[in-house]
Amino acid sequence: MTQKTLTHLQRLEAESIHIMREVVAEAENPVMLYSIGKDSAVMLHLARKAFYPAPPPFPLLHVDTTWKFRDMYALRGKAAEQAGMELLVYQNPEALARGINPFDHGPLHTDMWKTEGLKQALDLHNFDVAFGGARRDEEKSRAKERVFSFRSANHRWDPKTQRPELWRLYNARKAKGESVRVFPISNWTELDIWQYIHLEGIEIVPLYFAAPRPTVERDGLILMVDDDRFPLREGEVPQMRSVRFRTLGCYPLTGAVESTATELPQVIQEMLLTTTSERQGRAIDRDQAASMEKKKQEGYF
Amino acid sequence: MTDPVYQTEALLAEDIDAYLVAHQHKTMLRFITCGSVDDGKSTLIGRLLYDSKMIFEDQLAALEADSKRVGTQGGEIDFALLVDGLAAEREQGITIDVAYRFFATEKRKFIVADTPGHEQYTRNMVTGASTTDLAVILIDARKGVLTQTRRHSYLVHLLGVRHLVLAVNKMDLVGYDQQVFDSIVADYTDFARSIGIDSFVPIPISGLAGDNITSRSANTPWFEGPTLLAHLEEIEVDSGADQAQPFRMPVQWVNRPNLDFRGFSGFVASGAIRPGEAVRVLPSGKTSRVARIVSLEGDRDLAVAGESVTLTLADEIDCSRGQVIVAAQSPLEVADQFETTLVWMDEAEMVPGRAYWLKIGAQTVSATVHQPKYEVNVNTQEHLAAKTLDLNAIGVANVTTDREIPFAPYAENRDLGGFILIDKITNQTVAAGMIHFALRRAQNIHWQATDIGRDHHAGMKHQKPAVLWLTGLSGSGKSTIANIVEKKLARMNRHTFLLDGDNVRHGLNKDLGFTEADRIENIRRVGEVAKLMTDAGLIVITAFISPFRSERDMVRGMMQPGEFIEVFIDTPLEVAEARDVKGLYAKARAGQLKNFTGIDSPYEAPENAEIRIDTSRMTPEEAAEVIVERLVP
Repeated sequence: MTQKTLTHLQRLEAESIHIMREVVAEAENPVMLYSIGKDSAVMLHLARKAFYPAPPPFPLLHVDTTWKFRDMYALRGKAAEQAGMELLVYQNPEALARGINPFDHGPLHTDMWKTEGLKQALDLHNFDVAFGGARRDEEKSRAKERVFSFRSANHRWDPKTQRPELWRLYNARKAKGESVRVFPISNWTELDIWQYIHLEGIEIVPLYFAAPRPTVERDGLILMVDDDRFPLREGEVPQMRSVRFRTLGCYPLTGAVESTATELPQVIQEMLLTTTSERQGRAIDRDQAASMEKKKQEGYF
Repeated sequence: MTDPVYQTEALLAEDIDAYLVAHQHKTMLRFITCGSVDDGKSTLIGRLLYDSKMIFEDQLAALEADSKRVGTQGGEIDFALLVDGLAAEREQGITIDVAYRFFATEKRKFIVADTPGHEQYTRNMVTGASTTDLAVILIDARKGVLTQTRRHSYLVHLLGVRHLVLAVNKMDLVGYDQQVFDSIVADYTDFARSIGIDSFVPIPISGLAGDNITSRSANTPWFEGPTLLAHLEEIEVDSGADQAQPFRMPVQWVNRPNLDFRGFSGFVASGAIRPGEAVRVLPSGKTSRVARIVSLEGDRDLAVAGESVTLTLADEIDCSRGQVIVAAQSPLEVADQFETTLVWMDEAEMVPGRAYWLKIGAQTVSATVHQPKYEVNVNTQEHLAAKTLDLNAIGVANVTTDREIPFAPYAENRDLGGFILIDKITNQTVAAGMIHFALRRAQNIHWQATDIGRDHHAGMKHQKPAVLWLTGLSGSGKSTIANIVEKKLARMNRHTFLLDGDNVRHGLNKDLGFTEADRIENIRRVGEVAKLMTDAGLIVITAFISPFRSERDMVRGMMQPGEFIEVFIDTPLEVAEARDVKGLYAKARAGQLKNFTGIDSPYEAPENAEIRIDTSRMTPEEAAEVIVERLVP
């Protein structure tokens, strides 16, 4: 009898592919949310594997805030093209008109561009299932998130009405107007993601690798001055620092870490020896321990 | 004292490439921890995360702050807070759902299903256990084997978890006394044998103090077994056993990018396959050979259980989602009636006779659940008589599907023998099921083909058969209208038959009462009779309250497309009650009549009836005219 021991990455890969195929078989109009980060890159790579030789049979959707790093915008179109997928970019017109930005508007920035923008984009295209790259290890409230997470017609998440998920059986049935967020990489950890990127040679945004970049230090975060929209405070002079990013979001909200890791194995080495968790570089979670859960109930991914 | 978890750090710092190679070859183990509220389960998991360095400094800082604010350890670090997720639960101090945790050692990645031990949450434990290879049963050393211990053990055994660890926790609180440990193990051994558990591994631990978790404890010199983590690292994972079974792959998706390529994608449930090997597609039974195993990195020469793959076949044979590709020489059984164990998971109790969606493998079919043979008391494992199953109840019941499905007994294969039931109206997952065996082989029962078919019957009568299904409250006017409709059709030389609710209960259905289950059976029989009559070419008119949407939909599903015409006789309750022709509403209001629709039993109005008759705007004569007009334009 042929025996082959599957590694943890092979088992995770098989599970993610199974989930994606299940969605395509049962959904009417699925979409993959693509945030250009490393988790999205892995999710996209898995989708290509799941449906090969066909291209993934759904479009990519980027809910844009206009405030992402320039390097991210550069990779966005390229990745979609390589996968042979349509790329949809949505910007909340109201946020655009009102010039909502992270410097002047604080939490409103995330709320209008991301939370509202996502709802508007899903409604506009009538998407009934949206793949997201969230992982259960990211944050405590996500540890209980289902793989198939149901949203009411107004996109709210109710922890009490989520369905039990047994074996590999996902119940994707829903009433008209309801939608599902599906997280195919729920069971991957940050280390799994990095190892897989390394093993599979997946292209990621260069910002994950250390390079000299113009930065300022503000409120305990090292921020990159990625373009001239960055309003410098009095006395602030951008300094070149060798930095990299552990997560990517809107550049004014994403803290860098000082590093000299220019290759993936070094990045992984630093990650394993480091003593702060991944989300710490994100300003959004700092308010209080349960802030992510609140955001989720409101419809943020 | 060497600590296996930290040995990797030197390698990590010195040679990251060697580290990565080692870690890419880790295996994975999923396990579940079961214990009651005070058994120290969350503390144990928190300890495993902490000791395997899965907690970062910022999380630790938050943990320290939380420990001071809401902790139960007097300001000391409360590991339990690490794993209690949702805000509401944290305030109550209990976990109320299934949470998944992750940690890794140099040998393995672990996924821990953390489920609560409360009595009312059988549902969560069953959910958590369904995907795990191993279960850690926690016992408080001061309390010994409790009712909960028995319940948890029964549940994980029921779900087919093959490896069991008995973790006797809080050994620090009994002075690390060997006699306490030995007597708990002896008690548990007796119980385990009684429910069919062959073997388990007992370990004395302290989650709080860290004894025998990651390193051997000096406090238990008398204990010679492995530490908890060493055992979790060494135990053989199940995928090897699955690979030794014959090849089975439910087809999830047919990959058809162009006319030249047709691939069958799925998760290999058992066995292994190579190009050239003979396969059979079930339930059709057609055979072919595997041509290619296609992947993004190029064709492969082997696919095994646990992988998601895409196969192409040498011959063009019909194969679609839900069918199962199996090794040609060892096909699966195919059947449509099964004995099963059901775990009920919904607030609404099971309704015997009602049609639910049944999802198994990649297939969803309609299925009816029969009245349970018995319910199992999860605490004592006694069998109890039961008419239904409510939330968290476990019972054995027969299930009939509306078509043949390929399956394996759950004990042989989880993917081919485990199923869920879905409510057709609410779309909720209402039950988890495990197939024991087929009650009869469907392939032995043939539909008797007759030479004179339904088209012939209808042709002789020069009409198209139909079912006019009148539904509405008691006293809404169904019988009156149905009677006029039949007279009108008779005048037009149409061959009809009127099935009336009251009349049917004098004969065909006189054994049935008015409980929800009996009402469903009443409608099912009427549906079957109506179906036979349409086969005979008749236009059937029925007048039944038929209060439940799912049963009306069930009858609709029995008929040929377009033949079922739902007619909603819409009369407000006040109006019907005011008429009260048969005096039934008065009796129901007086409490002399139970389960009366509109009073103490619900009426679910049709949402998409073909015809709606508003009796406040139409006489019965006019209503009949509208219905006949729709049928014979």
